[in-house]
Amino acid sequence: MIGRGVERAMGIATVIGLAVGLYSACVYAPADAVQGESQRLMYLHVPLILISYLAFFVVFVASILYLWRRRRQYDAIAQSSAEVAVLFTALSIAVGSIWGRPTWGTWWTWDARLTTTAILLLVFVGYLMLRALVDDPSRGGTFCAVLGILGFLDIPIIHMSVVWWRTLHQPASILRPGPSTVALDMQVALYANLVAFGLLYVYLLIKRLQIEGARDELLRLQMELLG
Amino acid sequence: MTKKTKLLLGGGVIVMALAYLINSGIREASVYYITPSELKAKGGAVSDRSLRLGGMVVPGSLHWEPQTLKLTFRLTDGKEEVAVEHTGSPPDLFKEGAGAVVEGKCTADGPFQSSMIMAKHSEEYSPPKEGGAPAEHIHRTFMKPQRTQ
Repeated sequence: MIGRGVERAMGIATVIGLAVGLYSACVYAPADAVQGESQRLMYLHVPLILISYLAFFVVFVASILYLWRRRRQYDAIAQSSAEVAVLFTALSIAVGSIWGRPTWGTWWTWDARLTTTAILLLVFVGYLMLRALVDDPSRGGTFCAVLGILGFLDIPIIHMSVVWWRTLHQPASILRPGPSTVALDMQVALYANLVAFGLLYVYLLIKRLQIEGARDELLRLQMELLG
Repeated sequence: MTKKTKLLLGGGVIVMALAYLINSGIREASVYYITPSELKAKGGAVSDRSLRLGGMVVPGSLHWEPQTLKLTFRLTDGKEEVAVEHTGSPPDLFKEGAGAVVEGKCTADGPFQSSMIMAKHSEEYSPPKEGGAPAEHIHRTFMKPQRTQ
């Protein structure tokens, strides 16, 4: 489906992107006036969660297409993207927690932003388990597509949670109406890491789709031999 | 235990955790903290239930006794002020003029008894201003304070 050349180019671009991202986060960007060095964790925390939103959006679209067209390929995309999205969300929560300890004074608190994000993670961990639970791939795909569409609807709630409710988590700095509240040098580092993690997502998605393709091929061969 | 049983058990735990989070978690999170005005409006209705109070630390109200680790300050929302008492050290970003959320109980006529202080910060990020103090708290964040004996 995807050529070896493209895959290799993506891998190289990802490594370069992550190296540039790391440099911009640790060296290029200045330390924050209020939070000091620990604010640099933002360059991991924010890109990870934003790319996971993108990955969940891919699950959402692929799930709708699967229910509509019933093509196996859409189901494979939804499954693969959901796995990467769960990984990125969990990492973003972990990094946020490490940052929250010195900044807020606590690892975790049940405010609206953190609670709705925990719900998102749980729904999609459930999604991955549901996939493993149902033996019939076509039925499993249908159940997961429905859950994937419903689960995605939590993301607008997460985004608006800091506007709708009182939270400990601060409001959005980048995806907000009006000018950004982040100094320019810091924005550069943030966008560099956003691109880097975007590349990493696409690369992992390609790799995961290849595994899915190989699994389908194996199943087909088994059927051929046994059937 | 077969794989299927394990998955069913795990799925059950997840479904229950989700139901709990959506039911009580969201309801509690939607009123994450109350303001000093709202606390005053409640008047004498002081309950034993622990609650969160959020506001700005009134400049000049912060007192710290290093011997007893006792911290007293007032929180304001611009209209009302509430006196707060806390034992223990606060997070690094806690200071006068900054936002804070305290968890604790409201006593009958004494100050609000805080059991946990959380610093609330703004969504603004920038390097230190020219001539401003360098981010000293970096060291406080990552290193233990030096003991001067």
